[in-house]
Amino acid sequence: MNGEEYERDVEPRLLLVHFLRDDLDLTGTHWGCDTSNCGVCAVWLDDVPVKSCTVLAVMANGRTVRTVEDLERDGELDPVQQGFAECHGLQCGFCTSGMLMTARWLLDKNPDPSDAEIRSAISGQLCRCTGYENIVRSIRWAAEHPGGAVFGAGPEVVA
Amino acid sequence: MTRPEAARGFGSMRRKEDARFIRGRGTYVDDIKLSGMLHGAVLHSPHAHARIVSIDTSAAEAHPKVKAVITGETLSALDLAWMPTLSNDVQAVLATDKVRFQGQEVAYVVAEDRYSARDALELIGVDYDPLPVVSDARRAMDEDAPVIRDDVEGRTDNHIFDWEAGDRARTDEVFAGAEVVLTQDMIYPRVHPAPLETCGIVADMDKVSGKLTVWTTTQAPHAHRTLYALVAGLPEHKIRVISPDIGGGFGNKVGIYPGYICSIVGSIVTGRPVKWMEDRSENLMTTSFARDYHMSGSIAATRDGTILAVRVTTLADHGAFNGTAQPTRFPAGFFHVFTGSYDLRAAHCAVTGVYTNKAPGGVAYACSFRVTEAVYLVERLVDMVAAELDIDPAALRMKNLIQPEQFPYTCATGWEYDSGDYATTLRVALDLAGYDELRAEQAERRARGELMGIGVSFFTEAVGAGPRKHMDIMGLGMADGAELRVHPTGKAVLRISVQTQGQGHETTFAQIVAQELGIPADDVEVVHGDTDQTPFGLGTYGSRSTPVSGAATAIVTRKVRERARLVAGAMLEADPGDLQWEAGRWFVRGNPTSGVTIQQIAMAAHGDIELPEGVEGHLDATTVYNPPNLTYPYGAYICVVDVDAGTGKVRVRRFVAVDDCGVRINPMIVEGQVHGGLADGIGMALMQVMAFDEDGNHLGASFMDYLLPTSMECPSWELGATVTPSPHHPLGAKGVGESATVGSPPAVVNAVVDALRPYGIRHADMPLTPANVWRTIQGRPFRTDLAIT
Repeated sequence: MNGEEYERDVEPRLLLVHFLRDDLDLTGTHWGCDTSNCGVCAVWLDDVPVKSCTVLAVMANGRTVRTVEDLERDGELDPVQQGFAECHGLQCGFCTSGMLMTARWLLDKNPDPSDAEIRSAISGQLCRCTGYENIVRSIRWAAEHPGGAVFGAGPEVVA
Repeated sequence: MTRPEAARGFGSMRRKEDARFIRGRGTYVDDIKLSGMLHGAVLHSPHAHARIVSIDTSAAEAHPKVKAVITGETLSALDLAWMPTLSNDVQAVLATDKVRFQGQEVAYVVAEDRYSARDALELIGVDYDPLPVVSDARRAMDEDAPVIRDDVEGRTDNHIFDWEAGDRARTDEVFAGAEVVLTQDMIYPRVHPAPLETCGIVADMDKVSGKLTVWTTTQAPHAHRTLYALVAGLPEHKIRVISPDIGGGFGNKVGIYPGYICSIVGSIVTGRPVKWMEDRSENLMTTSFARDYHMSGSIAATRDGTILAVRVTTLADHGAFNGTAQPTRFPAGFFHVFTGSYDLRAAHCAVTGVYTNKAPGGVAYACSFRVTEAVYLVERLVDMVAAELDIDPAALRMKNLIQPEQFPYTCATGWEYDSGDYATTLRVALDLAGYDELRAEQAERRARGELMGIGVSFFTEAVGAGPRKHMDIMGLGMADGAELRVHPTGKAVLRISVQTQGQGHETTFAQIVAQELGIPADDVEVVHGDTDQTPFGLGTYGSRSTPVSGAATAIVTRKVRERARLVAGAMLEADPGDLQWEAGRWFVRGNPTSGVTIQQIAMAAHGDIELPEGVEGHLDATTVYNPPNLTYPYGAYICVVDVDAGTGKVRVRRFVAVDDCGVRINPMIVEGQVHGGLADGIGMALMQVMAFDEDGNHLGASFMDYLLPTSMECPSWELGATVTPSPHHPLGAKGVGESATVGSPPAVVNAVVDALRPYGIRHADMPLTPANVWRTIQGRPFRTDLAIT
């Protein structure tokens, strides 16, 4: 789990999303629809994005899980995180964690995706605020800045 | 000489709030965990209309992890079984006599964890006696229709209200003399805003202090606090409503839902905090829907394309309880702004509201109090005139738009539009789209038998509710407060009454202070969403934050600036009247080197400098802003679609949107809001509907059935802008949050109908799903809102 080992006894029916949120306090992963349609619960299970509302916690036994909390390492934001802030790829923030995990996965597989490939990669996830355009731009920004970029924590004038 | 650093005011700027969201560090209601917290779950009715014979909770109460089971009977003892709605009706919190829509709340369980609470719901036995159902609003007033609201003594039908606006006689007269009159029935189907975060609450009643704290998904924390005080009889100063990070609202989080009340009661009963979060089906089935307007519109014009008048009769399906959220005096919201962007001689509307066996609500989903329905009506009718007279729809609009010199313009139903240069905006959109080339391409494709459509819409919005003398919600005036504190070092804290659900208030409102006070936006902390920490105001919906609270922020900042002038006068030993302001400092007029910065003034205002008689010191100020009028943003939208005649599938190829929302504080945020609204418009036009069958079963109760647009349905939006300031807003700004949701559905539908023109089709109802389009092509369209054969 984000590079650390956890041992827990859980009910067989416990969903991975609730295990992450309620038992491990990793609330960056959200719960949105129960039917695998919205993708706000997307996390990596053994390096593949899955919707954790339709994965049982016990199915993660002995496997690795990565969530949004693990994207920033040693105080360095992942370029996809920077891209979303840079290109206004989020508004309410509720879909953002899942989008970021899929974006990171996409860029690991395909460092220079086309817009169509980006749209296809996030097509299983809903966003109600952005109309997707700025999410596409954010992921493209991350592809164009694989080492990230230096910017302060606060707001700066863009565009 | 001290000069301020480059001040950062208006302009595109990264958002302050993003730092937490990109790290997964937001705090939404469901992220809140309190010591000893219990979990609530609601039992919902499977029937749309049924008498409750009995409820047996004994097995649920015996569940080892259950702490309380609450029914309508429990609530009746507390006089809380019914609560007032936002439209002067009442709504059952938990059903006592009968259930009136599928999904209605029947019982509430409090248990140690969320799974156990759900388990216990299955142990509650409810004996229902099913009753006949009203699914179709058009049958609600039938002689033999069952009376849904027999809780109201003496009620013998399902009629709620009749309401009209405009001049009926004058309109009839214009119609009688018109060369061209077209009439069309159209449905704006029932849709749901479906924010990705569902509704929920954590309620914590501290029995020692008597203070109730709730963290809840609300777009209007202050209004909720006052309503809790009025409904539950709790002292208002002992209620604290906190609206933490909100995962999208779109109108869904304006109202107070039964689950909130039950959770508060649950906390009172158990003495422990109680959390309740809806699941998706509960959200779609029970919380505020939008639209469900059945309109019969007529338009009158001359043969040469001068539009003369519009009239409409509307049947409004309000569900089982009249719970629409809108200013009290407007039972049909702002629907009577349906004269749109055109200079008409007359207009009239008559709206009848009825009860049906469906969930309550009716005003939600970025509709600006039903401007959405109004714009859809007029933009479809105008397109029909264009088709009938074989005039290009853009040219017809251009000919009939209100002209710049006519502003302020009072429309035929009485709204006073503040400012506009409509023709310029339409021209910018046509140029951006390459309109003439598109029409040429369409002609070529048509010749080859391909279905390409170009849809135009021109909308005028009416947002920023609103002037006290015209508008209130449950007697609460729609003014908003703001407080600005400037600390000794010149850093500021702004406290506002509106609340962000993604709109970026923490950034935009800091930019307003930055612009007006000449300090960096980084030096301004925006506090919102907590009734203990912010001044009273009615919250964020109807695109009202910038028009109302943005104005309050500008004015309170100017007050601070004037207080600073007095202190600066003392510092500079000059008459304050001789001082001149430039961004971030006061200086003696004619002597620009002799100034003091706002930071220096702030320190002096808290320091030991001798201030003139009557000058208090400190710079803090408060204000309340009562808007003199609404603001009227507008825009021209052009949609290009390709329709597959074999399958009926519509592909949106391009979407051009030119918005004029006056002065833009943060253009990046404005464009983001427009993007989101355009996606919503595509969703409503092509995919989204909550239909019902004849038994009142909800056929869109999950995201598998209620389809929202994904990245694949949305094109890459092409935006443009014109800027026509609002003359009465202190910043010249207008609201924009809902503009695209209001303006885009008719552009999409107009485009599809345009594509289908070779079949002689002049109208088709939303959503234009492949099945619906295909059936329309076959000449056998169906009611999109009903699954009744």
